[in-house]
Amino acid sequence: MNHPENATVFLKDVARAKWHDETLWIVREKRDATIHQIPEWEELRELASQIKDHTLSKLDFYLEELEKNATANGIKVHWAENAAEHNQIIGKILEEKNCKDVVKSKSILTEECHLNPFLEEQGIDVVDTDLGERIIQFLKQPPSHIVMPAIHLKKSDISAIFHERLHTEKGNIDPVYLTHAARLHLREKFLQAKVAITGVNFAVAETGEFVICTNEGNADMGVHLADTHIACMGIEKLIPRRKDLGVFLRLLARSATGQSITNYNSHFRSPSPGKELHLILVNNGRTKQLGREKFRNSLKCIRCGACMNTCPIYRRSGGFSYGSTVPGPIGSILSPGIDLKKYSTLPFASTLCGSCSDVCPVKINIHEQLYEWRQEITKAQGSSLKGLSMKLADGIFTSPLAYKISGQLMRASLKTLPDSIIYNPLNVWGKGRNLPELPTESFKDWYKKNRNRA
Amino acid sequence: MSSKVSILAAIKGLNLEEKPLPDIPDFAVATDLVETYTNSLNGNKGTVVSKEELEQLIAESEFPKIYSSSLTFEKFTNCQLPLHPAGFADLDLAIIEGQVASAENAAIWLDESNLDLRAIPFITAHLVIVIRKENIVGNMHEAYERIGMTKSGFGVFIAGPSKTADIEQSLVIGAHGAMSLRVVIL
Ligand code: SF4
Repeated sequence: MNHPENATVFLKDVARAKWHDETLWIVREKRDATIHQIPEWEELRELASQIKDHTLSKLDFYLEELEKNATANGIKVHWAENAAEHNQIIGKILEEKNCKDVVKSKSILTEECHLNPFLEEQGIDVVDTDLGERIIQFLKQPPSHIVMPAIHLKKSDISAIFHERLHTEKGNIDPVYLTHAARLHLREKFLQAKVAITGVNFAVAETGEFVICTNEGNADMGVHLADTHIACMGIEKLIPRRKDLGVFLRLLARSATGQSITNYNSHFRSPSPGKELHLILVNNGRTKQLGREKFRNSLKCIRCGACMNTCPIYRRSGGFSYGSTVPGPIGSILSPGIDLKKYSTLPFASTLCGSCSDVCPVKINIHEQLYEWRQEITKAQGSSLKGLSMKLADGIFTSPLAYKISGQLMRASLKTLPDSIIYNPLNVWGKGRNLPELPTESFKDWYKKNRNRA
Repeated sequence: MSSKVSILAAIKGLNLEEKPLPDIPDFAVATDLVETYTNSLNGNKGTVVSKEELEQLIAESEFPKIYSSSLTFEKFTNCQLPLHPAGFADLDLAIIEGQVASAENAAIWLDESNLDLRAIPFITAHLVIVIRKENIVGNMHEAYERIGMTKSGFGVFIAGPSKTADIEQSLVIGAHGAMSLRVVIL
């Protein structure tokens, strides 16, 4: 996994890369516009941050509370130490139900656990029901963004795959037409599925309920039509009190897309009569991250995606370049905790401009943690990670300078910086861009001199 | 060792120092709640309609299958509640009473006491929610305060029609759920 190399691939299609960059910036601007209507925005961020800090400091207590209250409500609670156990628990439930068709709504955790390939191996047909997720499932791609999974695709791509899979008209790229085709296709799946799998946005310890937020209503369509609902959550998704939801629901959608709230915010507390409700609590490395003092508060993340939309590197390198389940700035501080060697280039995929930390609704000091990971990786490079290839070393030790320099420039102007600086050849993710305004000679000299220093 | 034991032991072993849990203060809210609510709903692509407008719409559109769990519009119900929610796959219009609405974002709280079947507000082609003026509050904090600790197996804040922007960020209404949301303020 090498971020700069992957970014080079992304930037080959110049027009598409520029569209990606600009589109995500528009989402960032929408977020800005909506938060300005909330005078207490900063206070809400501080509250959210403190609530999460508090919860993480007593996570064992709240997990037991959640289990106790959820069980009393008739929810079957399961614990999974890792991805394999999570998948096995689901596999077993499906086996018991003799179920071969499941519908699934967006869940980054099941992506992290590679649930789909596991179930497919057991001969189970898993249908992702979020429109963006369904599109990338047809294309056998992972999501490139945690909120907008198909943001890397154009209408024409989607039209082509829908023509192939759903027999829509060839060349019809109208989003209304394509969405309607997907609606009909997925309705059929909803009506057939006996088991629905979902993620969880928040779980409330005091009530034993959990909350799922969507705009499409796909999670609700799945679970209310199925007989069994399996919800999967990382152990960090907890909050103590029902009233804390007021804080988080005000922050989440505004940060994510600039909406005032997601259109469906469903609170599940007990199964419908005659139905089953399962809740799986998954660790998969989270307790390890909790033990790392400097990186602990990365677990406060509510997966809004704002840090991605604002990140000058993410916007210009695409989600796939990170090669991790969660891309972008937050992915770059979570992934090294999972596999330091594999993800060693990610903490360098940043200008350290701090824009991610500025927009984060739970005030994670993302850019500082990126810097901390760089220290850790550089240390590890000297000792235990000696086996890293030269290519990787090259990625690490030549890029930081580039990132640092461009970072200083970007601090000055995140948005309006001329392409000639953003996409200069020093930044590997800027390859494929020309340099119309810079005096080529002096730049080259400067580059050579500095490269030697690095 | 079970995973529950190992996960809890791993956390306990860290001996983390407890951080304080903050109180959530009261925040100022809009003075004209109906107007704020209406604007917020428009932003979410829903519309506020009067009782008369809704009645007129029903008269003119001739929805083949209507189910109202709201007593105010009960007379329009022309079908039975099915045993399985799939029986409502062809429901054209559902009318439901909402409990409390947050003006700031147009979200309306419904729980099982309002929903005869959990699937109704999602599976219906068009959705109408009825809310009483005195049940519109300023923001989500006030809404949760009103809801309090009520115990319902399922509850939902609905703030607009089903929508998606997954195809090149173009907003499309009617992804999987209701293709429209109308709110009647009584
Ligand atoms: S780190 Fe913060 S900004 Fe990024 S996805 Fe998580 S909550 Fe959102």
